[in-house]
Amino acid sequence: MLTLQSRVPPGPLEDKWERHKFDMRLVNPANKRKYTVIVVGTGLAGASAAATLSELGYRVVCITYHDSPRRAHSIAAQGGINAAKNYQNDGDSIFRLFYDTIKGGDFRAREANVYRLAQVSVNIIDQCVAQGVPFAREYGGLLANRSFGGAQVSRTFYARGQTGQQLLLGAYQALERQIGRGAVEIHPHTEMLDLVVIDGRARGIVTRHLLTGQVQSHVGDAVVLATGGYGNVFFLSTNARNSNATAIWRAYKRGAAFANPCFTQIHPTCIPVSGDYQSKLTLMSESLRNDGRVWVPRQGGDARPPNEIPDAERDYYLERKYPSFGNLAPRDIASRAAKQVCDEGRGVGPTGLGVYLDFRDAIERLGTRVIAERYGNLFEMYQRITDEDPYRVPMRIYPAVHYTMGGLWVDYNLMSTIPGLHVIGEANFSDHGANRLGASALMQGLADGYFILPYTMGDYLASARPPAVDATAPEFRCAEAEVADRTRRLLAIRGTRTIDSFHRELGAIMWDKCGMARTDGGLREALAAVTALRAEFWRDVMVPGAGEGLNQALEKAGRVADFLELAALICRDALTRTESCGCHFREESQTADGEALRDDERFSYVSAWEYAGPDAPAHLNAEPLDFETVHPSQRSYK
Amino acid sequence: MDLTLRVWRQPGPTVPGRFVDYPAQDISADASFLEMLDVVNERLSARGEEPIAFSHDCREGICGSCAMMIDGVAHGPVRGAATCQVHMRVFADGSTITVEPWRSAAFPVIKDLVTERSALDRIIQAGGFITAPTGGARDANEILVAKDAAEAAMDAAACIGCGACVAACPNGSASLFTAAKIAHLGALPQGQPERSRRVLRMVAQMDEERFGHCTLFGECQEACPKLISIDVIARMNRDFLRACTSPPASAW
Ligand SMILES: Cc1cc2nc3c(=O)[nH]c(=O)nc-3n(C[C@H](O)[C@H](O)[C@H](O)COP(=O)(O)OP(=O)(O)OC[C@H]3O[C@@H](n4cnc5c(N)ncnc54)[C@H](O)[C@@H]3O)c2cc1C
Ligand code: FES
Repeated sequence: MLTLQSRVPPGPLEDKWERHKFDMRLVNPANKRKYTVIVVGTGLAGASAAATLSELGYRVVCITYHDSPRRAHSIAAQGGINAAKNYQNDGDSIFRLFYDTIKGGDFRAREANVYRLAQVSVNIIDQCVAQGVPFAREYGGLLANRSFGGAQVSRTFYARGQTGQQLLLGAYQALERQIGRGAVEIHPHTEMLDLVVIDGRARGIVTRHLLTGQVQSHVGDAVVLATGGYGNVFFLSTNARNSNATAIWRAYKRGAAFANPCFTQIHPTCIPVSGDYQSKLTLMSESLRNDGRVWVPRQGGDARPPNEIPDAERDYYLERKYPSFGNLAPRDIASRAAKQVCDEGRGVGPTGLGVYLDFRDAIERLGTRVIAERYGNLFEMYQRITDEDPYRVPMRIYPAVHYTMGGLWVDYNLMSTIPGLHVIGEANFSDHGANRLGASALMQGLADGYFILPYTMGDYLASARPPAVDATAPEFRCAEAEVADRTRRLLAIRGTRTIDSFHRELGAIMWDKCGMARTDGGLREALAAVTALRAEFWRDVMVPGAGEGLNQALEKAGRVADFLELAALICRDALTRTESCGCHFREESQTADGEALRDDERFSYVSAWEYAGPDAPAHLNAEPLDFETVHPSQRSYK
Repeated sequence: MDLTLRVWRQPGPTVPGRFVDYPAQDISADASFLEMLDVVNERLSARGEEPIAFSHDCREGICGSCAMMIDGVAHGPVRGAATCQVHMRVFADGSTITVEPWRSAAFPVIKDLVTERSALDRIIQAGGFITAPTGGARDANEILVAKDAAEAAMDAAACIGCGACVAACPNGSASLFTAAKIAHLGALPQGQPERSRRVLRMVAQMDEERFGHCTLFGECQEACPKLISIDVIARMNRDFLRACTSPPASAW
């Protein structure tokens, strides 16, 4: 049984972080270079943390399976990053960003963490501008903003539709500067396959070099996982193809609690699936909902081309159902609404699984030029994929798996239940509760990496003073042997089914039964199906090639094997949470008009799952959520 | 669609490679080029044969992983698109498509279509940044950036670091890549203090990595998936000349 200590500092919400910063221990500058911190991942969270820790004087070892840190999945983020700057004078404030985020997350996140996130959001923009991130500007030279879902103020900073790219390049350049100075040791093409815990503390990792197959130990005084989300458990998602859960899953199996695994976000605006060759789904940024109007025909089976359907026969269902937020309703709500109209038989496109996102009115109002300036690259991307021109024909969109709010459990210091193991960015569960608002993942990744972890890491090292260990310790040797053995086992199966066929089947099970709507019966079926599939995988998968040298099939096989285990935990988490909240919609728990019905009496907690061995069911621990400042209300966006 | 793929297969960095033909039958015209390769690989895997190794990740033209010469053209026939953004509908049914890795001395082949491009990271290490350690920044709106300057910076900053410019250049020059970063940072007020130092160091590193020299063929801008203009190279040359004629004391 774990003790989940959130370590939220005492005092008023607004003062907690300031006070905590003062109360934390510092490492004296001369001692910093005696400590080695291993950072796994070079996305926004990892690159910003590695660069900053190195600037502070720590020795940093940085690991990524990519060939360059710049290729991390963060590069693909499109729409923007939130910050409570109130540059638009529209009533924004730290408190409002905090409130919107807590409410957007359907009151399933820790108040103190979210408040701190809103506080440091303003520093992020300053930092990024200093680095030369080319944010959009007004003619006068000031920063421009746009709106995102779940907010009524304009607080999103952006660099065309490539905000993630520009923010990541900023962090990447800071990291490369440190690498160039010899202050960060970078290991590209290197995949972490195990965590090493000695005397109860995280002391290193074991990796496989993807080009040589070499298994190697890396020893450190602390380990940071910044390894991103696990949305690819669904096979089809908006995530980069190689994004995976292996790092956090191995840490889980070494004792780190996994929080809220069933909180997986389904984004309302993606290009619909078009065929079974499909390898990923492409997001059309939420920013499009600033100007695009979502609709379906009033009548099911209306096969007329969209432009021939008169306004009176269209149902702008988001505007109808949620008049005050309209097309900018939060993601979970917009996704569910799309599913609903499609379930009613009013979906559009060849599969009937699609709704229109229409720019006709915006183009009439603002002109093609303005729309092109705002969304040109997204329109182009859409046209390239679908062969249709969104300036003339409405886009067709459908929800797709996009982000995972769940992840390794961390305390206020971003440390997991294993002392010394810190988890940042999408890989942790911390700030988004049951639903993440748009433009807040970039904010969280950079908040964690630039402004929070560098402080809390010092406190950990100064308090723990980890004793010296080296890679000859039996724990390292043992983990190396296990990693090598697993590789051998995967290669030895030589079965008849391809890795992708398993992954695709897993994804279909999860999407059908643990996707936008979940039921007790469905989840039980999913659990049984996933368990059977996993057994079949280890019996019948075909992993061609050898263990030495580059073998992309082998990499994929290891990741799918972990997804198969994680999927079962997701289903179990969804099964135990019989309320609906945020993205987690249990059909059994809804209001009369079909909205999610939360049950604060019984479920106002974070589920933190604890590994109990290969054959025992994971153990559920609960961290109760106390709301001292906000009053959890039934969310309304009407 | 039914196609034939002529693919460069090379088991490892030190082993010679060769072209191998594979049938690619029954491919959807709506599939992307990489999805077509997935289908071919899936069929190879099912037979226990080693799939064709290729780099990819985001599959939406932004991570810069995917990189192949398609019929001798970097990223294939679609202008302003990375390989992952090329869809099969642009090829004629029945055609034979030749697929090779980037060919450049600075990008050694690792396996099949995968090359090592870390030379580009080292060019950034040399000076492709603004020195702004975390924490010391002032309020973002205190730095005014004219809209035109921000747009120009963004045009150059759009580079995805794929290396197509190098692969397309008859000289194997990395000038477009290097100049794009110099132009991005040089267009902004924040980038001014290190402007001379940056250009001198990045250009020196580019030479050290054995990239060729630029003679303004312009092939790079045609191949660039982000259509970055060779104007940035002119800017780099101008910065370089200026820095050489009045080198700041701190540059070396
Ligand atoms: C298409 C798309 C658009 C988005 N748009 C927005 C947006 O506009 N605004 C917003 O706020 N959010 C957006 N998001 C979400 C946001 O991009 C991500 O949540 C965020 O970038 C995650 O960053 P990260 O640093 O946590 O992880 P990632 O960027 O995923 O990085 C993970 C890193 O870990 C490494 N890694 C992982 N496992 C291992 C291992 N086992 N061994 C070694 N290395 C490993 C990888 O190599 C990589 O470097 C978007 C997401 C998608 C998919
Ligand atoms: S796969 Fe990312 S650019 Fe092509």
